[in-house]
Amino acid sequence: MKVLLGTGGRADGFDALARALERAQEAGDDLTVAVLETSSDSDVDSVAADVREQVADSGIDAEVRVLDGHPGSQLVEFAETEGFDRIVLGGGQRSPLGKIDLGEVAEFVLLNADVSVTLVR
Amino acid sequence: MTDRTYPDETVGSFPPPPAAFTDGDGREIRIRESGRDDLDALVEMYGDFDPADRAQGIPPVDPDAIREWLDLIVSPDAVTVVAEHDGRPVGHAILVPDSGDGYELAIFILDEYQGAGIGTQLLEHLLGQGQTAGVERVWLTVERWNEAAIALYRKIGFETSGSESFELEMSIRI
Repeated sequence: MKVLLGTGGRADGFDALARALERAQEAGDDLTVAVLETSSDSDVDSVAADVREQVADSGIDAEVRVLDGHPGSQLVEFAETEGFDRIVLGGGQRSPLGKIDLGEVAEFVLLNADVSVTLVR
Repeated sequence: MTDRTYPDETVGSFPPPPAAFTDGDGREIRIRESGRDDLDALVEMYGDFDPADRAQGIPPVDPDAIREWLDLIVSPDAVTVVAEHDGRPVGHAILVPDSGDGYELAIFILDEYQGAGIGTQLLEHLLGQGQTAGVERVWLTVERWNEAAIALYRKIGFETSGSESFELEMSIRI
């Protein structure tokens, strides 16, 4: 399966990346990682560097791409034009009370993607 | 999040617990401050919670996950009150400190005790206990379709502070 993982550098995105790499190992997914420009404090280039390191450590041959611009729409457009079967995203951060906060990218992608979307918990 | 907004004006004073009243269905309800001593009783209450009333993943369903969640949020820094009927909790409300100077609020009432005025009393006494503890800024998130809850929060004095996401965010200054 051709899988596109999107992350802006939040902790849940790195958890999702770890799981996507595990699954790629087991199932032989063709994994691509898109690093997104989100409104979080993380700098895109340093997130991309951390992602490349995590990918390299896993031994999986996954391409890492930085997508500039509005994160949700860029990810959906990339998934459609490149023919991905599935988009994978972090499952959201927890509020102080433990409530799930999905974040801007997940909300946009869930409503606008025309491929299946997996939120990793 | 550090960009959370709060109303400029404080809402006034709320009554601190304890309190006792007769609810809309004629049941004698007591409200008191709660804490870590109540964890066992609260785990039991949340075990009876209607899964349809869950919000954004809480409360968890599995008993071990309920205990783990309560153990985390019912910290010494949290403000928490319980509504009891016949000596067992039927409602629980809590303020949990965020990473800034605000507190996140949540309230849970067992299905068979909803719609009887317990939520209003529990919220007012939670905020009263909060004022006693020096809490000034409180926020919450609520599903957009949950009109009953939104109406209750408005009645207490909460104002909408964020509406860009799936959930509505509301805040109050006390």
